[in-house]
Amino acid sequence: MNSILEIENISKNYYSKDKETTALLDISMNIYPGEFLVIVGPSGCGKSTLLNIIGGIDKESSGVIRGNKDIRIGYMLQSDSLFPWLTILDNALLGLKIKNDLTKENINYVKKLLKTYGLSEFINSYPKELSGGMRQRVALIRTLAMKPDILLLDEPFSALDYQTRLKVCDDVYEIIKEENKTVIMITHDIGEACSLADRIVVLSERPGKIKKIFNIKWDKKGTPFQNRMNKEFSTYYDMVWKEIDGYE
Amino acid sequence: MDMNSEYRKYLSNIKKNNILVHVTRIIILLLIVILWEYLSSHNIINSFIYSSPSKIIKTIISLYQTNNLFNHIWITIYETIISFVLATLLGTIIAIILWYSKFLYRVMDPYLTVINSLPKVALGPVIIILSGANIKSIIVMALLISLIITITNVYSGFVNTDKNMIKLMNSFQASKYRILKYLIIPYNYHVIISSLKINVGMSMVGVIMGEFLVSKQGIGYLINYGSQVFNLNLVFAGILLLIIVSYLMYLMVLLLEKTLIRDN
Repeated sequence: MNSILEIENISKNYYSKDKETTALLDISMNIYPGEFLVIVGPSGCGKSTLLNIIGGIDKESSGVIRGNKDIRIGYMLQSDSLFPWLTILDNALLGLKIKNDLTKENINYVKKLLKTYGLSEFINSYPKELSGGMRQRVALIRTLAMKPDILLLDEPFSALDYQTRLKVCDDVYEIIKEENKTVIMITHDIGEACSLADRIVVLSERPGKIKKIFNIKWDKKGTPFQNRMNKEFSTYYDMVWKEIDGYE
Repeated sequence: MDMNSEYRKYLSNIKKNNILVHVTRIIILLLIVILWEYLSSHNIINSFIYSSPSKIIKTIISLYQTNNLFNHIWITIYETIISFVLATLLGTIIAIILWYSKFLYRVMDPYLTVINSLPKVALGPVIIILSGANIKSIIVMALLISLIITITNVYSGFVNTDKNMIKLMNSFQASKYRILKYLIIPYNYHVIISSLKINVGMSMVGVIMGEFLVSKQGIGYLINYGSQVFNLNLVFAGILLLIIVSYLMYLMVLLLEKTLIRDN
């Protein structure tokens, strides 16, 4: 299969007055269309840095990212960051507005997304009237509004409590599969990684290097929540756990 | 029903307490006024120096009869409004410029600190020479007092804008102008509005100071003129008017704040 994005020898250094820190060292991997790739690693291993570089928020020190020029990348952050002074619809349209892309067609697309994912009655509400899970869905729709080919998820569930997290995890997974997106997600939650991913990339402690890549296959693949009940789950969990734990 | 009666008792206790507070306040005020009047009318204190409530009222009435009362009050209100609106507008604009250029902020920072800590009244003579003995000097004086604090407040609001929201805007590749327009300003709307509230008091100080120095009109002029001709009745009348005017202005801004900030 042809990759949608090729990451080649990416390194990243940070400088401060008294030292130089290497956050990422020689990262190479391919991203394939439609896959759900999860990057895990100990905290401070440069996961977020890697995502920021792929998303164009940060600049690599060396290396290249190859991909089709027209590829659109959407970024979903840890906090929903909905603007409290905008309605749900306006929040969902924010990215399009910033990109000067508020066409009638796009607005209708966003309205359709909000409707499909159970938010139509909240279109004119303000964020504080919504539950954490609903807010996260709005944040996802705000990203989907720009019709990205690749979605970058930066610990999208970590701000939620455990119960909500499992539920929203299923929700978001369904939406992403429904919209047929390629995903790169980072998390420190091994269970979350195993239940969601097609592939798991384990990064080492700083400087972050690729330590291991796992392919996750299920006999009977279900929603992330169902996957947690599958017999393979604990095996994958242990495998990933051992890779990360080796450093602590 | 037991809970219910206990709850009712709780509520009525709160109400009783509130009434008691209000009544006590009024009693204190009445005691002061009555004592003051009694002491001066029985010549226990010198009413020429300490005036008395009845003389203050008479002075205000005579100001009204010579048609000067509302003129003086209006001038002071007018100068204050111009000053605090200007201070808020200019302060916000300067804060925006400083937010745009971190370099400029770093250059200006010590200047702002020094000007902020300088007692502005010391600049009075300079201001009069530069702007002339007129309303302009008064407004410049009021601006000097409230502008710097507005810049500092609004700027610190700007730089403390939610980092995640800024990251979100960056993920949309938003330009600095768009981040300002769609995030920084709406996010800090309440900071700007509440600087109006701070500025109304600050501007009042500046305006009265300015009127002491140059004016021929206004409440500050009344007080200053009263002290020069040793008419303490006029001084106290001016102070009373000033208390009323500044309280009314504060209420006005509070009302403005309520209408401008929809609580989203």
